[in-house]
Amino acid sequence: MNLTLQIWRQKNANTEGKIVEYPIQDISPDMSFLEMLDVLNMKLISNGDSPVAFDHDCREGICGSCSLYINGEAHGPDRLVTTCQLHMRKFKDGDTIFIEPFRANAFPVIKDLIVDRSAFDRIQHSGGFISVNTSGNTQDGNSIPIPKQDADEAMDAATCIGCGACVATCKNSSAMLFVGAKVSQYALLPQGQVEATERVQNMVAQMDLEGFGNCTNTGACEVECPKGISLENIARMNRELIKASLKS
Amino acid sequence: MSGFLKSSIGKKIAMALSAFFLMVFLLQHFAINILSIINPDTFNEVSHFMGTNPLVQFVLQPILIFGVVFHFVMGFVLEYKNHTSRSVSYAKNNGNANSTWMSRNMIYSGFAILAFVVLHFIDFWFPELNTKYLIGDMSGMHNGEFRYYHELVEKFHNPLRVGAYVVAFIFLALHLLHGFNSAFQSVGANNKYTNSLKGFGKAYATLVPLGFIIIALFHYFNNTH
Repeated sequence: MNLTLQIWRQKNANTEGKIVEYPIQDISPDMSFLEMLDVLNMKLISNGDSPVAFDHDCREGICGSCSLYINGEAHGPDRLVTTCQLHMRKFKDGDTIFIEPFRANAFPVIKDLIVDRSAFDRIQHSGGFISVNTSGNTQDGNSIPIPKQDADEAMDAATCIGCGACVATCKNSSAMLFVGAKVSQYALLPQGQVEATERVQNMVAQMDLEGFGNCTNTGACEVECPKGISLENIARMNRELIKASLKS
Repeated sequence: MSGFLKSSIGKKIAMALSAFFLMVFLLQHFAINILSIINPDTFNEVSHFMGTNPLVQFVLQPILIFGVVFHFVMGFVLEYKNHTSRSVSYAKNNGNANSTWMSRNMIYSGFAILAFVVLHFIDFWFPELNTKYLIGDMSGMHNGEFRYYHELVEKFHNPLRVGAYVVAFIFLALHLLHGFNSAFQSVGANNKYTNSLKGFGKAYATLVPLGFIIIALFHYFNNTH
């Protein structure tokens, strides 16, 4: 396949970036999108140019490192996959492909296609955990009966890999699908009840502090989420916040 | 509780609650207006009741005005905040791949509805306030009979006004096609009934504005030609 890539290049966080065009030839349809970028980078390096910086780690679709806004969609045109699991067979020979970083003021660009998603970490630190005493007589989690449906829904919420596609794709740069998933995975389980009030209040407050926009229920995040996190999680977070506000 | 109302989700829920109130009001307004086609005498009587009842005039009407102003102001405040959450736009963005036009453009349909509300106030509400509270005529009568039906018909003689009403209600339908179900999602109602509710929401968003359009066209064609 011969392609024309339109890639966002930005030297660092303090400089302005721009789209730069790169023609690329002989790309196999069986390559992953990141492998295609590897080929481009090898070419750039051999020509003495600076390679395109992009995030990646496991390349198995589970770590949430790879991002990229490809042809106007987070993680590209395929559904329920991360960019590392997107294959070039999804494109046609001769295509022009726009590759941009995930855009949100809360995700500032570090270099080229790499953005700083530590805002998600700070939201997690503010309440995305349970405090478990492990010194001695800790109860076995398996001895606490949990309805199958609740366990399944909690697991579905917990599959969120925090990639930020929800923020990138939302017209408001809202992080509510991410925070909704992180609140839900504990709200559905008995272990999460003890800190439920503080958790949702603190996580929502941190989300607002980070400068994410507000959710207007377009549903774009749910469609583009590589893990299929449902909008039900946002509704549950809203209920949790109402409950917490009434309690406190 | 004050923290709740300051939070992004608190504002979103407040928007939804004002939307519920406005949707109930819209249905009530439609139920009265359709009487102008079915039975003008009943329309006159109900209009007179709504226009002179102290509970409606001095309790429900101020709540309605607050609801309308709150929904518009909060809508613009949230839109501004959302717009400024992404300073650099995408060079290529394929919004149609994951969301509806209606859901992404609530601010524009909202602007069109706001323009219509201003026109509607100038058309009906301000003259009504003038007659009742400045001139002091609470009788609702003109030349020995109720004036409401005649005033309605008179307004819809003008094709430009009828055209503006039709366009405005198309925008209202677009606004409601997203807004109806969005309000339920905002208050946390996403459950096994959501799919059925989506169907009901589409029916409400289509039929109510269509009904208003039919009323305007009916009076235009029935009394002009």
